[in-house]
Amino acid sequence: MKQEIIIAGFGGQGVLSMGKILAYSGLIEGKEVTWMPAYGPEQRGGTANVTVIVSDEEISSPILSSYDTAIILNQPSMEKFENSVKPGGTLIYDGYGISIPPTRKDINIYRVDAMDVAAKMNLIKIFNMILLGSYLKLHPIVQIESVLKALKKTLPERHHGLIPQNEEAIKKGMELVG
Amino acid sequence: MADQEITLMKGNEAIAHAAIRCGCDGYFGYPITPQSEVLETLAEQKPWETTGMVVLQAESETSSINMVYGGAGCGKKVMTSSSSPGISLMQEGLSYMAGCEIPCLVVNVSRGGPGLGTIQPSQADYFQSCKGGGHGDYRLIVLAPSSVQEMADFVDLAFELAFKYRNPAMILTDGVIGQMMEKVVLPPFKPRRTEEEILKQCPWAATGRPKTRKPNVITSLELDPAKMEEINIRIQKKYAEIQEKEVRFEEYMLEDAEYAICAFGSAARIAKKAIEEARNEGIKVGLLRPITLWPFPYKEVEALSNKVKGILSLEINAGQMVEDIRLAVNGKIPVSHYGRLGGIIPAPDEVVRELKKMVK
Amino acid sequence: MSMDIKEIIQPENLVYQKPELLNDTPMHYCPGCSHGVVHKLISEVIADMGMADKTVGVSPVGCAVFAYKYIDIDWQEAAHGRAPAVATAVKRLWPDRLVFTYQGDGDLACIGTAETIHALNRGENITIVFINNAIYGMTGGQMAPTTLLGMKTATCPYGRDAKLHGYPLKIADLAAQLQGTCYVTRQSVHSVAAINKAKRALRKAFEYNMAGKGSCLVEMVSTCNSGWKLSPAKANKWMEENMFPFYHIGDLKDIANNNQ
Repeated sequence: MKQEIIIAGFGGQGVLSMGKILAYSGLIEGKEVTWMPAYGPEQRGGTANVTVIVSDEEISSPILSSYDTAIILNQPSMEKFENSVKPGGTLIYDGYGISIPPTRKDINIYRVDAMDVAAKMNLIKIFNMILLGSYLKLHPIVQIESVLKALKKTLPERHHGLIPQNEEAIKKGMELVG
Repeated sequence: MADQEITLMKGNEAIAHAAIRCGCDGYFGYPITPQSEVLETLAEQKPWETTGMVVLQAESETSSINMVYGGAGCGKKVMTSSSSPGISLMQEGLSYMAGCEIPCLVVNVSRGGPGLGTIQPSQADYFQSCKGGGHGDYRLIVLAPSSVQEMADFVDLAFELAFKYRNPAMILTDGVIGQMMEKVVLPPFKPRRTEEEILKQCPWAATGRPKTRKPNVITSLELDPAKMEEINIRIQKKYAEIQEKEVRFEEYMLEDAEYAICAFGSAARIAKKAIEEARNEGIKVGLLRPITLWPFPYKEVEALSNKVKGILSLEINAGQMVEDIRLAVNGKIPVSHYGRLGGIIPAPDEVVRELKKMVK
Repeated sequence: MSMDIKEIIQPENLVYQKPELLNDTPMHYCPGCSHGVVHKLISEVIADMGMADKTVGVSPVGCAVFAYKYIDIDWQEAAHGRAPAVATAVKRLWPDRLVFTYQGDGDLACIGTAETIHALNRGENITIVFINNAIYGMTGGQMAPTTLLGMKTATCPYGRDAKLHGYPLKIADLAAQLQGTCYVTRQSVHSVAAINKAKRALRKAFEYNMAGKGSCLVEMVSTCNSGWKLSPAKANKWMEENMFPFYHIGDLKDIANNNQ
């Protein structure tokens, strides 16, 4: 099994870290993974994106022209990546950042109002975990236990107290597309 | 075993960890995107408290390479890393080190040029790395990793070759491999050499002269043309030996191939994806990936030209390695080049399109 | 009664001896040049300290490029201006070694200013021996960063003009301001008294380095009688009359004395 994913939004929305946690979860399960960011000044306030590949087999190119799934957090990224989703693929977007919704008919589109839900739950800082939960519900390429382990590994120790909240956010995300 | 732990890290971070683990004595560098994580990781790891490795942020790339010169000249295992514009500043030092015949490792996490260019990935430093970016008749041993694992593995290999031949070695990579995170098994810890081991391995080093020997002088200066020619001939002999013995390459799906892509580093990864796609469409294509860019695998490319109908050189530049491929092929079969410029990475489907042009 | 030569060459008759570390290679320096004397002093101080087997010198590009041919210690020959960077690494990687650079004004105060200032500012435990003769000697007498105003050289044949060429650079004064330096001094070797003082300065600098106190700069205000187109004696006089009033002789900083 192989999933080729692009996660894109504004810098600071947790795009890179969402990808990192996904990649780490794959690593924990013994899968092959790559995490390829669009690096540079874009990370600091402009649009940011990261390509994550999780696969049972060796991964060739970490850079792709089309994706199984796109997780889109802002309008510029929607314009850039809507057409890069493979036919039959998945597009998940947060309604909060999108003024012109996607129009393609040959892909599965899910609107997840992660930012709104996160605000209600007082979890704004980890709204990206809600989207990750939605993604994992649709494409369970890794177990939620692995994600929690990955969080433990990637978060600094002083933030480990936040792991239960992250779990809550992931589960909420799963419900939202359930 | 902690040594064998599989971990996820960036190529740049892997370089830093591998340096500490392979017994590197010193790193001297200057920040530049997209390679700053090398120095940042070393600073965070504080190897001076564990292995005793020296880590120093210099005032410029010019200074970095001359610190490397000083360290190499006194027998130590020393390195620097930078990206294209910084590497240009280091060319003087590299020429001097090749002239003095002293070993070191320089990592170029290259970006697009010319000039200040872009911070995005590029392979446009092939000529500079392989054809001598500085003055004089000299060569660098150039290794091109195409995964984070190879970033980690090639640090030790580069030092080994550098010391074996007393010549600077370079790891030529780019922003893709430097910034990408992948699985990596870090090499096991190797202790730094003791003072006695260094003196034994490097009897030529300027470390302080005991009365039992003549002074050791690290210099590339010789004003007598006859003597200078002799030195050059000796160095050229060494290069011929390296060309003979140290060529490294990877072959991928070439057994039944009718066409071949030649690509190194990150471009080789894209080539593999393009090959998957092309084979799905019935095009029998494989990959020859030079791992040593110098010494270049001329013989292997020549052998390939007796087997396939055409070679596509995929490079993230305007066509540099393609010149070496054409030298090796010597007109026998068509050789074309495809590349993107300015920091744009060619996508696998673009490569498939180019392959179709060749097959047609 | 005439003495046989063998009777004269007796240890008890010895009044002067070439330093042990200075070999017999004929120096390429012009007669009257200060380099030879400074070479001698360095050779003596290293031997006096018993550090011959633990010293690494770094030679520059300039007249002293071949310093390594005359003093029998280990050397590295640096690219133009880069000696302090080279020395930085040698000292950091072999901390028990005595490491010094030997540089002229073009090498140190012009093309290598960045390396000079930053090595000194980092407090590297090295000594920079700085030969300041206010001219490019090796390339045939061109203007140096330290060339005095009004002084004629091949590239300022009508005299250095501040409007055209800027001002002479007082590197030692700059170095004294840096927190990394522990000893900055300006000396000369034009008289026996001056030579003795210069030797004591070198010894102090090397000892400070070995005690880990920081960077040292020992400037030797020097003559270049060929470049200045003067006889050796006249060059010495010209230096006293013209160089010393601008490049004041003496210590600019010594951590043993004060907290400048």
